[in-house]
Amino acid sequence: MRATFKLFATLQDYLPAEAKKTNALALDLDEGTTVQQVVERFGLPQQSCHLVLIDGIFVPPAARASRALKEGETLAIWPPIAGG
Amino acid sequence: MAWTRKILRVDLTNGACKTEPLNMEWAQQYLGQRGLASKYFVSEVDPKVDPLSPANKLIMATGPLTGTPASTGGRYSVITKGALTGAIACSNSGGFFGAELKFAGWDMIIFEGKSPKPVYLSIENDKAELKDAAHLWGQTVWQTEAIIKKTHQDPQVRVSSIGRSGENGVLYAGIINDLHRAAGRSGVGAVMGSKNLKAVAVRGTLGVGGLRDPKAFLGAAAAAKKVLADNAVTGQGLPTYGTQVLMNVINEMGALPTRNHRDVQFEDARKISAEAMAEKRPDGKSHLVTNAACFGCTIACGRVSRIDEKHFSVVNKPEYWGASGGLEYEAAWALGAANGVGDLEALQFANLICNEDGFDPISFGATVGAAMELYELGILTKEQIGLEAPFGSAKALCELAQMTARGEGFGKDLGMGSARLCAKYGKPELSMSVKKQEFPAYDSRGIQGMGLTYATSNRGACHLRSYTVASEVLGIPVKTDPLTTDGKADLVKAFQDATSVFDSAGVCIFTSFAWSLADLQPQLDAACEGDWTMEKLAEVGERIYNMERLFNNAAGFTAKDDDLPPRLKTEPAKTGPAKGLVSGIDKMRPEYYKVRGWDANGVPTQETLDRLGL
Repeated sequence: MRATFKLFATLQDYLPAEAKKTNALALDLDEGTTVQQVVERFGLPQQSCHLVLIDGIFVPPAARASRALKEGETLAIWPPIAGG
Repeated sequence: MAWTRKILRVDLTNGACKTEPLNMEWAQQYLGQRGLASKYFVSEVDPKVDPLSPANKLIMATGPLTGTPASTGGRYSVITKGALTGAIACSNSGGFFGAELKFAGWDMIIFEGKSPKPVYLSIENDKAELKDAAHLWGQTVWQTEAIIKKTHQDPQVRVSSIGRSGENGVLYAGIINDLHRAAGRSGVGAVMGSKNLKAVAVRGTLGVGGLRDPKAFLGAAAAAKKVLADNAVTGQGLPTYGTQVLMNVINEMGALPTRNHRDVQFEDARKISAEAMAEKRPDGKSHLVTNAACFGCTIACGRVSRIDEKHFSVVNKPEYWGASGGLEYEAAWALGAANGVGDLEALQFANLICNEDGFDPISFGATVGAAMELYELGILTKEQIGLEAPFGSAKALCELAQMTARGEGFGKDLGMGSARLCAKYGKPELSMSVKKQEFPAYDSRGIQGMGLTYATSNRGACHLRSYTVASEVLGIPVKTDPLTTDGKADLVKAFQDATSVFDSAGVCIFTSFAWSLADLQPQLDAACEGDWTMEKLAEVGERIYNMERLFNNAAGFTAKDDDLPPRLKTEPAKTGPAKGLVSGIDKMRPEYYKVRGWDANGVPTQETLDRLGL
């Protein structure tokens, strides 16, 4: 199964060098791989995974261990940030 | 001191500067800055006044915490009837000017009338006088500040001024202080220009004192600073990446208005994002140079950037090669995604022109977006504009910014703002605005609460009257679903009322990413005489919002003005999470009126007025 993984702001340091220019990386995942498993695979600090979106829709912290990624989805994660 | 209890009233018609005591009864009801100055304004100005007539007044006001050690305590606001909107305007700015005004001993300055010739106001503590500005008229903001500092032989004088756009009647001209900080929205600079007032130069050496309980205040301010430092958003996120970090967030969420709101996602969003600003360019330097803080700020979200000297916009223009303010998110969106322009260097150049000549990059950029759509539809031609202006043209963006700054050619049309521009060319529905003020950087199909925010903002479309993005996107203070209208009436009212308090206190609204009113309240209570409880602050916020609304109603605004352009109500989002959705403004509006205690026509009921003492 293929999914896209995006990391932004300070989290982009956890991406391979070639992926930093787009903030995106294509992932080959086993069926049923959860958001939490991807976070752990890349060694992301839990407290830094503040804003987690799948195809632009928020995934609450309590759902990250059970929400499995599906073919073609995009998982994007930001640390605590704000703007305006 | 919290309040200096002193107002400077400047009659521009006859050149008189008078000192008045601050109305302390009103200070207890409206706090300061936005609230208190608006109380003065609505008490003295006919709501039907022509914004550009001498009968309009313009107030520059500090808050009780301005100039104190409270974090971000450097804010001041400009209150007037907006030239762009015809509604009450309150534009808030950071930098250092506000604190200097307080150090000089003034809570606010009320300008009235119109000077027979260009003047600037010079303040040195108690001494205030109007000076001839013939040599400043026609100069940019940056030149004006440099000349005044040289004339006064004082590099520490703080200057707030208009550029050529304010002189030329650009209806979204702002007032710029400290070169890059702006009371930017609603055309407050056009009002200042109409009065032949070029600048205000302030030097204050009196400091702050007279806080009600200094020891308690310093303790409360220190505790509140710790809250900001310990919070991941205000302690790390904002200083590191600034507001621009939102570009990719809002794009992923399908709420980044693109090409005059035709689309909700921009294919080049990453190229104009905070991440792109931090990357090394081909010249080996990054666009971003450093971050920056306003007076007393412990967040330091500001961006300072440098344009690539080889970029077409600055070839043979060394005056733009140095580090300068920007890009911030709203400007980057308006100059970029709103026009389909994905050239970061071009955006910063246009942003510099906006700062240099003092006009609002949000309204300017969005107006260019409308003009580009008119061009693509064949309604505007190359001959009319003076150049080809399709969506995505960085060259057109840069040229049009300079034409608007100078008041040349099609720049005069752009200076009217999108509502008047689109009406002039027979397509009023293509103006993406409310009350003639252009939207900021959030599409109300993908962030439903922002649609209600825009529609009911007292100063026309604006994100800084109730930033529900904090809740709907960032989960501050609690996460709400951006795609639903449920609960948004209550959310918007809560944000509007709380924001009114922050804007009246003298601190930056960005503190509210970490602070609630409960963090602000001990600081105000220790600084200000009176009993400033949470309940009182909540009531003050609601009172201010209703007072502004009453002025607008009396000026002729009705419920039909609390609406969004048809595009957002009839053309569903094409992509992203909001695909297929339109704004639910027609459902939210009556719910909001009910929550507010307003009747079906958007007029506060007598019961509401009695409850708030209005």
